[in-house]
Amino acid sequence: MTEETLWSLLQEVKDPEIPAISLVEMGMVNKAVVEDGIVRIEVLPTFVGCPALEIMKRNISEIVGAAEGVKEVHVQFVFEPAWTSDRISEVGREKLKTFGIAPPPDLLQIEESFEAACPFCGSSQTRLDNLFGPAACRSILYCESCKNPFEAMKPV
Amino acid sequence: MNTDQKALQELLFQLADDDFILAYRGSEWLGLAPHIEEDVAFSSMSQDTMGHAVMFYEMLEELGAGTADDLAQLRKPQDFRNAVLVERPNGTGHYMEQPNYDWAYAVARTYLYELFKWVRLEALMSSSYQPLVQISRKMMTELRYHLMHWQTWTKHLAGGGQESRDRLQAAIAQVCQDIEGLFSFGPHADAIVAAGLIADASTLKARWLEKASDALAKNGLALPDAFPAPSHDGRAGEHTEQLADVLNTLSEVYRLDPAAAW
Ligand SMILES: [Zn+2]
Repeated sequence: MTEETLWSLLQEVKDPEIPAISLVEMGMVNKAVVEDGIVRIEVLPTFVGCPALEIMKRNISEIVGAAEGVKEVHVQFVFEPAWTSDRISEVGREKLKTFGIAPPPDLLQIEESFEAACPFCGSSQTRLDNLFGPAACRSILYCESCKNPFEAMKPV
Repeated sequence: MNTDQKALQELLFQLADDDFILAYRGSEWLGLAPHIEEDVAFSSMSQDTMGHAVMFYEMLEELGAGTADDLAQLRKPQDFRNAVLVERPNGTGHYMEQPNYDWAYAVARTYLYELFKWVRLEALMSSSYQPLVQISRKMMTELRYHLMHWQTWTKHLAGGGQESRDRLQAAIAQVCQDIEGLFSFGPHADAIVAAGLIADASTLKARWLEKASDALAKNGLALPDAFPAPSHDGRAGEHTEQLADVLNTLSEVYRLDPAAAW
């Protein structure tokens, strides 16, 4: 298997909590190498205690492991470099929006709090309701224009 | 085990156990927080904190101290190295029965502890042990949101009328009865600092004092003038009865069958 094939397989591995987006688009795959059928993948956790990490590991092993010529798959979580929300690709940011989640604002723009445009109507007339949403990586905001609550990825 | 290895393990147990026990205390608030949004937020933060404890236990596992699960669930109270502050109950009663928990104490304890954790992680960024450098940077990005959250609560309670303000100030005083225990590195302090693992305790304390005083002063609150010596030195394995109670609850299921696959 070529590295190109490996990356396209990884594109099939979705974020368990946001199935619209792949781990590659999330910027979570740091390295993916293949040598004599032995695949080694380095994954950057978004949050240290993210409960979805083990599921991602299993999904990677299943999808990559099923490919022809793959003998072993080793998935390792690393913290060097650190994952930051700036690693999410442009395609990934667009997909988040279609899933109803505002992409994280630029890291440099946050001080005490942060702002995000509404993923539904695009309005920037929004307010932060709760820093902590249904997952550690998301906050809950409210759009004053279209009156919808929505989630936003935290800039980290 | 040589002195440096022993020092590293002792420090890792302090880091892991502080987060582990406080995350448990936080999780006991589930369903009892002032409103549903806070339930979500506090649970999410406790989950972060528990995740940080897991990372530290896994570092210990790599050093051959035992499996992370066993370290968390099977050690005896005297083997725990957390400061006594984090094991104090949330109030009288039990979460299953008449939980007379004190929200002001939860805000004061978690905020003052997490400010300390910030200072400690900041110091770990220059640690001689590389895995600690990498993980502390990552943890700080998460902790930052916790601090914003607790600052919001502090402001809210401090500005919420006389009773609310008095109760918060009283809770701060109560937390400070135990605060000195956080700044101790225990019996192996000299070896921990000599190995370059972290800055010394007085440096951490000075940095914490500055941060905590600022955070409170913004809301017209203050730290007490002096902090008493801790009643128990948690870093030396001295604990209250409350820790045994916590550990019994935490590991009840695990102890039934430690070999079970989860
Ligand atoms: Zn909108």
